[in-house]
Amino acid sequence: MSRLLPFVAFMLLAGLFGFGIWWNTQHDANAIPTPLLDKPAPAFNLPQLYQPAQKVGKADLLGTPYLLNVFASWCIECGVEHPVLQAAAPTLGVRLVGYNYKDAPDDAKRWLAEHGNPYSLLIADESGHTALDFGVYGAPESFLIDAKGVIRYKHIGPITPEVLANELKPAIAALRKETP
Amino acid sequence: MHPASRRSAPCARNTSPYRKAFRAHGALLRQLLVVFLLLAGFAHAQAIEPMPFADHAQELRFQQLTRQLRCPMCQNETLADSNAPIARDLRNQIFQMMQHGQSDAQIKQYLVARYSGFVLYDPPLTRGTWLLWFGPLLILLCGAGAVAVIIRKRSRAATGLSRSAIDNGDDW
Repeated sequence: MSRLLPFVAFMLLAGLFGFGIWWNTQHDANAIPTPLLDKPAPAFNLPQLYQPAQKVGKADLLGTPYLLNVFASWCIECGVEHPVLQAAAPTLGVRLVGYNYKDAPDDAKRWLAEHGNPYSLLIADESGHTALDFGVYGAPESFLIDAKGVIRYKHIGPITPEVLANELKPAIAALRKETP
Repeated sequence: MHPASRRSAPCARNTSPYRKAFRAHGALLRQLLVVFLLLAGFAHAQAIEPMPFADHAQELRFQQLTRQLRCPMCQNETLADSNAPIARDLRNQIFQMMQHGQSDAQIKQYLVARYSGFVLYDPPLTRGTWLLWFGPLLILLCGAGAVAVIIRKRSRAATGLSRSAIDNGDDW
């Protein structure tokens, strides 16, 4: 038995390091777990990007689930995510709401004109103050909010085809099952 | 304002034109150096962003508090040090909350409610962090147990040795 001990110790260490590698490839090491998951989304009252005089609040969006996508024209990874969102928007099954984060409205409009607009509604948070309540610390971030206004899923970083297929679509499917 | 995107921009960038200055010659060099040093001082002052604190005590409190909090974007920098846009926003938010008379505990609670316990450099003892707090002690106890077992085995082997007087050198 004592002859086997070094081998067992080596295997334990190798197993631990292997788990570490696996764990870090499965998770974004920089993503912070949001404490807001399964809690009501924070209240907000923000102007629409194209009609700044009209404000949109949380109550206006209750009743149907929606995906709140935080983006900005200055955010490079939003450009990576954008084609994926645009392709997915018609078959997503939920409303896609754009949350323009810390952006000059003109820059945002120019960016959307250039890259296309997949959003059915666009709200603008120019100061980024409301975004603090959502725990946003960069763009892109996406929140899946159900009909009752509860945050059911959050993704930090761009929505890639893999994230769309493996995480977002199942989360949306689970939402639709409970509220037919 | 155009804050930088999360991964595309480094947390702190300070590209400086000093090197060019050193390539210039003679008196021009000295003049340029003075100008650039002044510019550098200006840039530094900009990075610190002076805030209208009520008094010096509040400023000290602000500095102490922001040094205990971690920037969510540049994750190995404190809120006090970080140049990330979100760190600037959070510093402003903390400043505003201080002006409204909120305590350090209330400000920390505000941040934890939004960015989780991750923002605290000194994590509180909760069910999720007990392994973090007591893990080292646990490993120490395991080590002490292993040492005790080995010592007992050796002392037993030593008493056995006097009888058998055989040592195969395997008791590493």
